[in-house]
Amino acid sequence: MSGAQDNVVIRVRGLVNGFNGSIIHDHIDLDVMRGEVLGVVGGSGTGKSVLLRSIVGLNHPLSGSIKVFGHETVGMLPEELRGLQLRWGVLFQEGALFSSMTVAQNIQVPMRRWTHMSQKLMDELAAMKLSLVGLPPDAAKKYPSELSGGMKKRAGLARAMSLDPELLFLDEPTAGLDPISAAQFDKLVRDLQQSLGLTVFMVTHDIDTLRATTDRIAVLVKKKIKVGTIKTLIHDTDPWIHEYFSGPRGRAALDA
Amino acid sequence: MVRNFQVTVPVDHPAAVRLERRQGGVRLICTGDWTISEVPRLDGELAQIDIGDAKSVTVDASGIQALDSGGAWLLLRTQREAEAEGAKVDFTIPEKYRPLIETMERDHNAPPVTHPPHLGFVGLLERTGQGTMLALKQGYDLLGFLGRVTIETAEAIVAPRKELPWPALVHQIEETGLTALPIVGLLAFLLGVVLAYQGADQLKRFGAQIYTIDFLGIGFLRELGGLVTAIIIAGRSGSAFTAQIGTMQVNEELDAMQTIGLNIAEVLVLPRVLGLVIALPLLTFYADVVGIIGGMVMTYFDLGITIPAFMRELQGAITVKTLMVGLIKAPVFAFMIALVGCFEGMRVERNAASVGKLTTRSVVESIFLIIAADAGFSILFSVLGI
Repeated sequence: MSGAQDNVVIRVRGLVNGFNGSIIHDHIDLDVMRGEVLGVVGGSGTGKSVLLRSIVGLNHPLSGSIKVFGHETVGMLPEELRGLQLRWGVLFQEGALFSSMTVAQNIQVPMRRWTHMSQKLMDELAAMKLSLVGLPPDAAKKYPSELSGGMKKRAGLARAMSLDPELLFLDEPTAGLDPISAAQFDKLVRDLQQSLGLTVFMVTHDIDTLRATTDRIAVLVKKKIKVGTIKTLIHDTDPWIHEYFSGPRGRAALDA
Repeated sequence: MVRNFQVTVPVDHPAAVRLERRQGGVRLICTGDWTISEVPRLDGELAQIDIGDAKSVTVDASGIQALDSGGAWLLLRTQREAEAEGAKVDFTIPEKYRPLIETMERDHNAPPVTHPPHLGFVGLLERTGQGTMLALKQGYDLLGFLGRVTIETAEAIVAPRKELPWPALVHQIEETGLTALPIVGLLAFLLGVVLAYQGADQLKRFGAQIYTIDFLGIGFLRELGGLVTAIIIAGRSGSAFTAQIGTMQVNEELDAMQTIGLNIAEVLVLPRVLGLVIALPLLTFYADVVGIIGGMVMTYFDLGITIPAFMRELQGAITVKTLMVGLIKAPVFAFMIALVGCFEGMRVERNAASVGKLTTRSVVESIFLIIAADAGFSILFSVLGI
């Protein structure tokens, strides 16, 4: 995969999403550039998670085109999607760890699915992933029910990074975390992104996360999307965007 | 005799409200703790108070010693009602409660909530119609799922892409088959006892009680062993599949599997379907044996038929064919139970009622399909003369 297309990892054009007669996304266009961290925000019900799920193929949009790594994913058959699935990792909101497996086994699921590694190698790599996300070595043997919320998310991140994907999807990664854990998670994402050259698509509510980690921000408002940086969005005239970035929490986060 | 337990929350200062008439207006004097445990009583007392046509109302809340949103609402409501009658209302209230009153005044202007109407007969018709359409759609979706699972199962057996998930398969056989032995054994035994007793009871009248054994053997092997085992397993394993997969659905584990590139049908559904298809015939055979033993025990004690005599009569009544006619149905039942169990599991939604509701539905549907299939087999066999 080379060429000028290379710079745009995700290209969305004219995306229309809706359920039960109501439209959630009305012809959305979006480009996600290689190596950037894109934050996706919007009020409750604006379809942030729906957008993420549409891109990874869990949702079928009503119309429009989504190209990931240059391949059209809308209408792709599951077998065709496999090739792309190797190149991305998804962290779901609560971690979505497989409850009957230990953390280490969870991390090894993608390895088992896509490669033929020896158990020894998989164990070594799993240990590496654990330290990469800041989990202690003894977390490997634990079951998801034995972990705290923060640890579950880190374990979920380790699994999402299992095959060293180029593209990382995060669905509200700091939701439910205390401020210290949330800040640590932000730093983790930033460090990983910089050292591994990841492209990150992050759905979030958390304005502190936006300030700390994102390069650009896409705002879902009135069924459309507006992309900018914090500096440009602060001056936006749309009332929701204005309220979001200039309201008391927004100001506090941005002035810090 | 049921006693009405009313738990009362002890309140420091019982709330009170009284009306005083002054010239030119009335004064409502409110004292005590205007909190939620006192609110019901205050509501009644306030309803009794009649302002009459006073033009000016002073609400003196300076004696209030505790106030929550329930109490604040009563004050606000009183004010609004008085103003609606044309009176002018004044509030005297301790400073610390002012923010609460002001917030409610400003933000709360909505009328009391309404509930969706309970339609009578028309509503019933509508719900019946909706239910029917839903059931038809459900049947359609189930058929689609059946097609998909059939293809994937056939592919996995005939030309496996990778090796069959042996550990998962063996685990399922253990869970659905091995651990079910005690309960299936117990119930089959008891059923055998009951059948033998009932059959003997009737046949005694014609002196034909020896034929209880024939009745037991043929009835159990051809029909009852398979049917009862399948129904027990539908309740046991069908609901387990739905609950397991349903919980995974709620946890987004199924989504995670899809994004990692795992095929849910292959990883979750296939081991369950194959496992049950292997386990149920074995369980059925075991139930047949135990059921007949139960009957044997009964005939020994009730009719005095010795074991050798029992075996002799049994040998005359049943053949391998009798057994096979019963066993051949088991894989079909198993397929249905597992299919419906997994299918409903994947439809579980993210609310508290959903897992329970769909688990129930899965069991009821499986049992319905089992009995319908059994009837179908009966007709088929009678047409084929088996």
